[in-house]
Amino acid sequence: MADIILEMKAITKEFPGVKALDNVNLVVERGEIHALIGENGAGKSTLMNVLSGTYPAGSYDGEIYYNGELCQFKTLKDSEAKGIVIIHQELALIPLLTIGENMFLGNEKKDRFGNIDWDMTYNEAETHMRQVGLNESAQTLIKDIGTGKQQLVEIAKAFSKNVKLLILDEPTSSLNDEDAKMLLDLLMEFKKNGLTSIIITHKLNEIIYCADQATIIRDGSTIETLVKGVDEFSEDRIIKGMVGRSMDDRYPAREHHVREEIGLEVKNWTVHHPLYHEKVVDKDISFHVHKGEVIGFSGLQGAGRTELAMSIFGRSYGSGISGELYLDGQKVDLKSPEQAIRHKLAYVTEDRKTNGLILGESIRFNTTLARLDKICANGVIDTTKEKNVAEEMKEAMGTKTPSVEQKVGNLSGGNQQKALLGKWMFTEPDVLILDEPTRGIDVGAKYDIYCLINQMVEEGKSVIMISSEMPELIGMCDRIYIMNEGELRGELDAKEATQEKIMSHIISADK
Amino acid sequence: MPANNEKNNLGGTQFNLGAFLTKNSMTIALVVVFILFYFLTNGRLLYAQNMSNLLLQNGYVLVMACGMLLCILTGGNIDLSVGSVICMVGGVAAVMITNNGMNIFLTILVCLLLGLAAGIWQGYWIGYVRIPPFITTLGGMFIFRGIGRLVLDSKTVSVQDATFLNIFTAYIKIPGLDSDGRILSPLVVGIVAVVIILYSTFSSRANKAKKGYRQNSALSDYGRSVVISAVLLVYCYMLSQYKGISVMLVWVVVICLIYNFITSRTAFGRYFYAVGGNEKATQLSGINTNKVYFIAYANMGFLAGLCGLLCLARVGSVNGSTGTSFEMDAIGSCFIGGASAYGGSGTVPGVIIGALLLGVINMGMSIMGIGDSWQYIVKGGVLLVAVIFDVVSSRKSGK
Repeated sequence: MADIILEMKAITKEFPGVKALDNVNLVVERGEIHALIGENGAGKSTLMNVLSGTYPAGSYDGEIYYNGELCQFKTLKDSEAKGIVIIHQELALIPLLTIGENMFLGNEKKDRFGNIDWDMTYNEAETHMRQVGLNESAQTLIKDIGTGKQQLVEIAKAFSKNVKLLILDEPTSSLNDEDAKMLLDLLMEFKKNGLTSIIITHKLNEIIYCADQATIIRDGSTIETLVKGVDEFSEDRIIKGMVGRSMDDRYPAREHHVREEIGLEVKNWTVHHPLYHEKVVDKDISFHVHKGEVIGFSGLQGAGRTELAMSIFGRSYGSGISGELYLDGQKVDLKSPEQAIRHKLAYVTEDRKTNGLILGESIRFNTTLARLDKICANGVIDTTKEKNVAEEMKEAMGTKTPSVEQKVGNLSGGNQQKALLGKWMFTEPDVLILDEPTRGIDVGAKYDIYCLINQMVEEGKSVIMISSEMPELIGMCDRIYIMNEGELRGELDAKEATQEKIMSHIISADK
Repeated sequence: MPANNEKNNLGGTQFNLGAFLTKNSMTIALVVVFILFYFLTNGRLLYAQNMSNLLLQNGYVLVMACGMLLCILTGGNIDLSVGSVICMVGGVAAVMITNNGMNIFLTILVCLLLGLAAGIWQGYWIGYVRIPPFITTLGGMFIFRGIGRLVLDSKTVSVQDATFLNIFTAYIKIPGLDSDGRILSPLVVGIVAVVIILYSTFSSRANKAKKGYRQNSALSDYGRSVVISAVLLVYCYMLSQYKGISVMLVWVVVICLIYNFITSRTAFGRYFYAVGGNEKATQLSGINTNKVYFIAYANMGFLAGLCGLLCLARVGSVNGSTGTSFEMDAIGSCFIGGASAYGGSGTVPGVIIGALLLGVINMGMSIMGIGDSWQYIVKGGVLLVAVIFDVVSSRKSGK
């Protein structure tokens, strides 16, 4: 009989309007490396947040057994006390503090007067650092060591908390291959000493390399658990599990009227990071979209899709942008979002709350913001006209709200997305870039938005759709571009595209 | 669509006492404080002279607060330097007029440009280089104060030039209406204003009704304009009992009206709310947010320059400590008047209420003979209570 360290039973977690986890089960054996796999938004991180107490007991349904006893963690501290430590994708280290200070942050080594005992702090810090193979001084500042070593500091920090079950969320996403392999080898080394790890990753080759079991989550439910040596344990097999959902009629039918004329074309587009100018975010990308066509961009988070879109939209992201942009056959140089809007280009952000809407203001206010001049005479707002156009947009988008004076922040996610679309439709764009247009909204609202997209291309507009949901791209697009790590990896006709094909294009880059 | 609006009308016609109290809390506080001091001062607060002085004494606060509101709207940012700009501009004006006998109008022009230049200086660093406003204006606070003292040579300089004083502090005398015995012009102005208020309320309601828009209940719309009209008439009557309408008052009222119009009706004014609400989203909507910050501070400098002239004219002299902590009155008025400390919300009428509340407390306590020290304590307490109330009530309503 296997020695079970953790068992999560029938976990269900709902957010307003969205069921993030639906009856998820996870069993982890002591001393194994257990991989948790799924697409973006499948619910992996939510599940780990439930386990660590970030979402306190009571806010979800289901039971967690750890070492055979029922656990109801109220906070992160509760789970850490039991030896469960989670290391997030974005490292929680403070750059201007030393390694030692970071390791014992919130958990300081104090003498009996309550003063911090620095000798003990640095001594213990270095003990744990040696365990993970770090030979730096504990007094080195975090900002002075590389990302790979920062990851090791996080693990050393976990050891200082006497970790029994280590959870790593995308630990290798920001590491190069060499550092990544070192990290995985280290995990396998710890395994020999009895440490149990759960590793969340997109990189299937890593799973094959180090994991003993792999649990696949899709759309908030557990699909299956594969065991190395028992089941077939290959990348193809895992991909099948990840994307194997059916593609019924979740997408409204559209008559394809792709026109000859090209709405937008980009040639040799290269974008650098806004702060680290030497880092290339998008490399030499060329693509085009016809009028009346929907094209999709597929890829994992961090593939550079949003950055590409925003850099095209009036250089609202990045530095050192080079390349050529043609709108309606004309070469243009858009230096600001304002110029982009004038040239009838619209970018509907993936993050409606942070980058899209002004939550404290009304639907009316938000609808007209990007083109206030359309409702102004000599700079004075015609409030009657404003109200009318806001009403019209609300009707056209099917936003459900008692009045256009409603604060956007009070709307549901789906209705916020419709309000955001309304805002950009008001700018009368010819080319629309939709970045994750259906993220975090329910199925009904998704369908409405698909219908709106179909309506736009029917009118001859060009739509560029960035999405992490592959079925959505296959269901909605005419062509799909695939990106990974800032480069274009392929182009597929939607008719021949399958999730397996897209995934293999993405994965092939990692091999 | 009509069916929809009918439903809205039903929602709009109900009178909700709780909502009314929350929405008008600061107005109610003003009334309560006013009544309190009326009794505490045995009615002296309501003397015509005191009422006339209430607005004249606080005129500079109102003007500054209009500019400060724009800064605060952009994200709770404040301008600490206005008091020093007042000292610098007032000093330059006094030296130009008294020591050098220069042309009054040239002086006024130079001084307004000087204020604007101070604002542009700070606006540039804040808007385009993104130096935090607190630091930039703290620097300005020292720099402009220092320049003011240099110009004044650390002396007190007074201004007695009649033309200059008349432009800011004279009382308006309209031949035929005003003579030594009776002053009728305030009454005429009051009646005209009341007619305009009532007519615009009526026509806006008629307009909304014609287009089928949602509107407030008749009681609240007309009630509001009748109350405002009544207060206005009483106030004008008091002015007619004292010396009439001061030019200073005209300056202040005109500034308030202009900034109310800018913030509530123009696209330009809306940018300030948008930046304070969500700067990133505003940027992606094609609005140059750097420019918005720049203009907020450039404008603040300009208004501070105007205040320098107003203060000089009212006090009659300027010295190295003129304007000290004036910025705090302007900032306090904005926050008491309901401007959010995080930006994105606040109105000119609210700011006026805030400034008047502070003004009434000052005046009431002065009449009672309570010293400066206590006035500071009470003002600080009121500021804190007002903001606590605002934060707690918006938390409850789940804003």
